[in-house]
Amino acid sequence: MNPVIHLDNLHKTYHTGEVDVKAVRGVSLDINPGEFVALMGASGSGKSTLMNVLGCLDRPTEGLFLLDGVDVSKLNRDQLADIRNQKIGFIFQGFNLLARTSALENAELPMFYMRHRLSTEDRHLRAMQALETVGLAERAGHHPNQLSGGQQQRVAIARSLVNHPSLLLADEPTGNLDSQTSIEVMGVFQKLNSQGITIVMVTHELDIASYTKRNIILRDGLIISDIQVANRLNAETELGRLKEAHQAVKLA
Amino acid sequence: MRFFATIRLAIRALRRNKMRSALTMLGIIIGVASVIAAVSITTGATKQVEDKVASLGQNVVSVFSGSFGTGGVRSGWGGAPTLTIDDAKAIKGEVKDAVAVSPEVRDRSQVMANGLNWNTVIMGESPDYPQIRNWNIKSGSMFTDQDVRSIAKVAVIGKTVADQLFPNEDPIGKSIQIRNIPFKIVGVFESKGFNLFGQDQDDTVVIPYSSHMRRITSRTFLNSILVQAATTESIDKVQADITDLLMQRRHGHDQDFTVRNQVELAQMATATAKIMSVLLAAIASVSLVVGGIGIMNIMLVSVTERTREIGIRMAVGARGRDILVQFLVEAVTLSAFGGLVGISLGIAASKIVASSTGWPTLTPFSWIVIASLSSAVVGVISGFYPAWKASQLDPIEALRYE
Repeated sequence: MNPVIHLDNLHKTYHTGEVDVKAVRGVSLDINPGEFVALMGASGSGKSTLMNVLGCLDRPTEGLFLLDGVDVSKLNRDQLADIRNQKIGFIFQGFNLLARTSALENAELPMFYMRHRLSTEDRHLRAMQALETVGLAERAGHHPNQLSGGQQQRVAIARSLVNHPSLLLADEPTGNLDSQTSIEVMGVFQKLNSQGITIVMVTHELDIASYTKRNIILRDGLIISDIQVANRLNAETELGRLKEAHQAVKLA
Repeated sequence: MRFFATIRLAIRALRRNKMRSALTMLGIIIGVASVIAAVSITTGATKQVEDKVASLGQNVVSVFSGSFGTGGVRSGWGGAPTLTIDDAKAIKGEVKDAVAVSPEVRDRSQVMANGLNWNTVIMGESPDYPQIRNWNIKSGSMFTDQDVRSIAKVAVIGKTVADQLFPNEDPIGKSIQIRNIPFKIVGVFESKGFNLFGQDQDDTVVIPYSSHMRRITSRTFLNSILVQAATTESIDKVQADITDLLMQRRHGHDQDFTVRNQVELAQMATATAKIMSVLLAAIASVSLVVGGIGIMNIMLVSVTERTREIGIRMAVGARGRDILVQFLVEAVTLSAFGGLVGISLGIAASKIVASSTGWPTLTPFSWIVIASLSSAVVGVISGFYPAWKASQLDPIEALRYE
């Protein structure tokens, strides 16, 4: 089977002013369909830069990047935009929803930029299905300021799903959420992954990384560790434990 | 196909910030409203003048005593007396396409009837007068050439005089005293209304010119000569022929008369209004430009504020061109909608002016089209630079923007 992501000696160098910043210095990596990967590393390790390249928001300076078998390193701006639209779903730390816009309309956003426009009913249908997948169907009409952080992030996840992408890229998705909500959101990701969606997530929290299946650690632009997660956490189980802990605190 | 989706997105974005959109449109609204109101008022006034000119008569050429612009001395219309009855007869006899001629003398006077008094204008004319003026006699009839020859004491009165002196009876056959001389009323004109100069045309008594010049006044010279040309096409020739003929009769002396046709009179009357409307349109166009600058300003602010949003859109697949079109459409929607509101307000304002001053107003359809197109064009021009700026943003930096 073709890997979803194939990187071969990938380099990314920023030429800002006088100093060249070598953010990624030769990363080779394969990610297969159905994987659930956490990218970890300190700031300056190059994980954000790597994510930007994986997300086709930026082009590599050197090296090969095949996305679903397609060489995306040579594509122009417009072609990259189409790839992002069709093949990639983004989830950000700050949710990045449109204000004063309903959850449904937020979820529909990627569909407006498809090459072949969908009818209004099809758009609504797909967006509602995505919202159902993340458990927010009843709040389709709510605006972001009427939703909690966890709910907003779930709307963002729904948005990332509507074009049936090959790959979800999540940049610190639980960074702005409390511990219980973080586990809930990881539960959504685990559910999606069990349905076959490939997920690559950047995080700096070890316990969050334990919900994924494979942890890759970057330092100074290179991969220093790439291991399968040994004692993988399950979101439902952890939520249950959390609730028991709360009960215990109350009784005490 | 993407285009309609973009329009829908643009409208949604504008509705998210209704107050700001409304304030931005204000410049365009005011500009367009002023242009439309100004144009409506002047078009209405011009049309009214044209109607009044038409009521002067059909294919009328007027010869006035006195000349405009001889040396430094300007005699007013009908001022220094220089036209004679023989001049009028010569015109009638020798100018080929002059089908009707009326020598004209004018004087203000008291008239009396039924013990009632009225101050009015006494006109001395020929029997051709109703034909030249396209002015029908409602009851009775016009006096005849015989009346002119016999210097008869007969009169045709206008509706205002009839209403004033004979409010409850038929004036035909009754007597009216002009400077203590009794005249018999043989006809009543139908109503004509006010003329170019705001004078009530129905406030008049018309008598044979000979009777005017002998009995009422004591004159040898006419105020003016009214001539009707055979067709509209022959007006210019008639005008030229009259000028030549009268110059011949003056044996090369200075031209002491003026010949004008209806169209020229109308143009003179509307000249001021036309200059005014050009000025007003120019000023109002300036405010359109100001409105456009306002739109550009707000769109630039909007683009900066929505940098994050642009980043998100690009991340989910918007191309540079999609962003450009989106913001351009927002700008054009603002300006076009502002234009439509401005047009409605302008028409409403002109109607208010019409009802409060009594001047009729008319909004020409061509101007509505011009105003709509101009406001759309303003939107395109002023929106383009901000939209282009937006499309050139780098998605990664845009997403990082606070």
